[in-house]
Amino acid sequence: MIQRLRSAIPYILLILLTTPILVGYVWLIISSLSVRTYGLRPEGLTLENWRFLVEPIRSRPSIWQVLLSTLAFAIPLGLLDVTISSAAGYALSRLRFPGRRMFLSFTIILHAFPSATLLIAIFFVLRAVKLYDSILGVVLVSVSLSLPLGIWLMKGFYDNVSWDIEMAALIDGCSRLRTWWSVVLPIIRPGLAALLIFSFLGGWGAYIIPYTFLVTTSIQPISVFLQSLTGDYTFVNYGVITAVGLFQLVPVLIFYLFTQRYLMNLYSGGMKGGG
Amino acid sequence: MTSKSNVAKKGGAVSLSGPTGSGKRMQHLRSGFTPLIFLGPAIILVLLFFFLPVILTVLISLTDLATSTFAGRWHFVGLGNFERMYISPYTIKIFTNTVTYVIFTLVFFSVGMALVISLLTTSINKTAGAIFRALWLLPRITPAVIYIIMVQYMLADAPSGILSQFVTTVLGGQAKNWLYSYPMVAVIVANGLIGTSFGMIIFTSAIESIPPEYIMAARVDGASAWQIIWRITIPLIRWPLLFVTAYQTLSLLASFEQILLLTNGGPGFYTTEVWALYAYHTALSNYLGNTEFGFGSALAAVLVVIGIVASVVYLRVFRFNEMVAEPKIEVL
Repeated sequence: MIQRLRSAIPYILLILLTTPILVGYVWLIISSLSVRTYGLRPEGLTLENWRFLVEPIRSRPSIWQVLLSTLAFAIPLGLLDVTISSAAGYALSRLRFPGRRMFLSFTIILHAFPSATLLIAIFFVLRAVKLYDSILGVVLVSVSLSLPLGIWLMKGFYDNVSWDIEMAALIDGCSRLRTWWSVVLPIIRPGLAALLIFSFLGGWGAYIIPYTFLVTTSIQPISVFLQSLTGDYTFVNYGVITAVGLFQLVPVLIFYLFTQRYLMNLYSGGMKGGG
Repeated sequence: MTSKSNVAKKGGAVSLSGPTGSGKRMQHLRSGFTPLIFLGPAIILVLLFFFLPVILTVLISLTDLATSTFAGRWHFVGLGNFERMYISPYTIKIFTNTVTYVIFTLVFFSVGMALVISLLTTSINKTAGAIFRALWLLPRITPAVIYIIMVQYMLADAPSGILSQFVTTVLGGQAKNWLYSYPMVAVIVANGLIGTSFGMIIFTSAIESIPPEYIMAARVDGASAWQIIWRITIPLIRWPLLFVTAYQTLSLLASFEQILLLTNGGPGFYTTEVWALYAYHTALSNYLGNTEFGFGSALAAVLVVIGIVASVVYLRVFRFNEMVAEPKIEVL
């Protein structure tokens, strides 16, 4: 009996520690379907909060316009991040060239480097290259800031691929570029998919970069849209806010459900050498 | 390209491709411009959005560039901004906030809670442990804006706030606006719940890789769970512990997105304004309408310098040579 009780202790502790996190998500769902809530207690079940799906909220852009802007930001971000990272990661894993060590150490330094401190200067760079207040600008900034992690992860994936097949292709006269594209890349497809999803979700939820560098409301992604709702004091309707929040959160949770194992490793930064 | 590596490659190539191969056929294996093709895009972006901004941050910090001096009326002021930082009575407030925020988040969550969760989840059934860890990752994968809305509602005053309702109905206490009463605690907890997952993942894999015989032997010798944790587990995972501490210190120091959303530095006078947020406010979103890029950059430059120094130090501490080992395939 005492033994049974003893083995239950970790579960009890974990449940106590984890419940506060879950409460927030439960409230999000309840609130989006109610007129108002008192704590977790709903009052007046309604679908009215979801009207934003068919009709713009006040004079704001419609949710579909917002969705389009978000995708126009997150999809190129994911694709560019994967393409550039996987190319650079390949060079660092497989090629010998002058400056390789230096490039690798820069990658690691930049990975640890707190890039949020550079936003002020990036503001000037974006203005100089005429990309301030453009989706392309925030895509490029976001890609650049996610490159160190992406390159490092990709290098890790390549390092784990046996190079026998690659060797065979090279000896048969394939060029380096072709070998990479048609022999090595297919092998690390799961890694590419994981980074793509990770990077896409980063763009999907991004706030500070689009908020700082995009001023035109019609091209702002969903996080900025949602935040502008909560900041509008003439309109504080938690029902609608949570419904929009859920609209943004559900795709994230679905992706997470299916790729949890991969993402778990990516969120830890793929720190093989560090551990 | 050193001549030594060339020789090594040629020799290797011939021997590997056997009697039918020739040095000529392996020509394309030489690097030449190939690395540039692979690395080019990354190099351009990193130069444009990492290196250039680092230099610009330092340069702008030496000027009085602001909206009021924008149209070519700005001056070079030397170390004037840093002098102002030194004299300003706000600096000490911001500094104290930052240190409080970083240390408490680090000790109680990034390392403390992360260690607790990973010890607990590795001591129970594997699947159940994985489920709990997956739940702890939720705050990290949830878009920041939504996460902060949840936190705000959780801490709101009666009748809507979840914590207030819990306190009044279950504990029989007073409802209040927790965010306004304890803003710094709220900031630490909200950031901490996100930060926990990083350490949790790293500690878990470190704990799982401890040979089970160690624990078994200790148990046979009659060691309690507590003794096992303190005498065996923690000493064995000291590197991951140090790594998480180092890495998280740096990222907490520069993080401000959640604080911007949760309290925006308030309530009241700079109660939760941390260094990175202060720099951001000064340079990019000043309510007074005069955004001071010069002074803001000086504030950011302090963090940039700390960031560079710390990352270089970490690089040396955390077995750098292992990480940059020579690539295999070029040594044909």
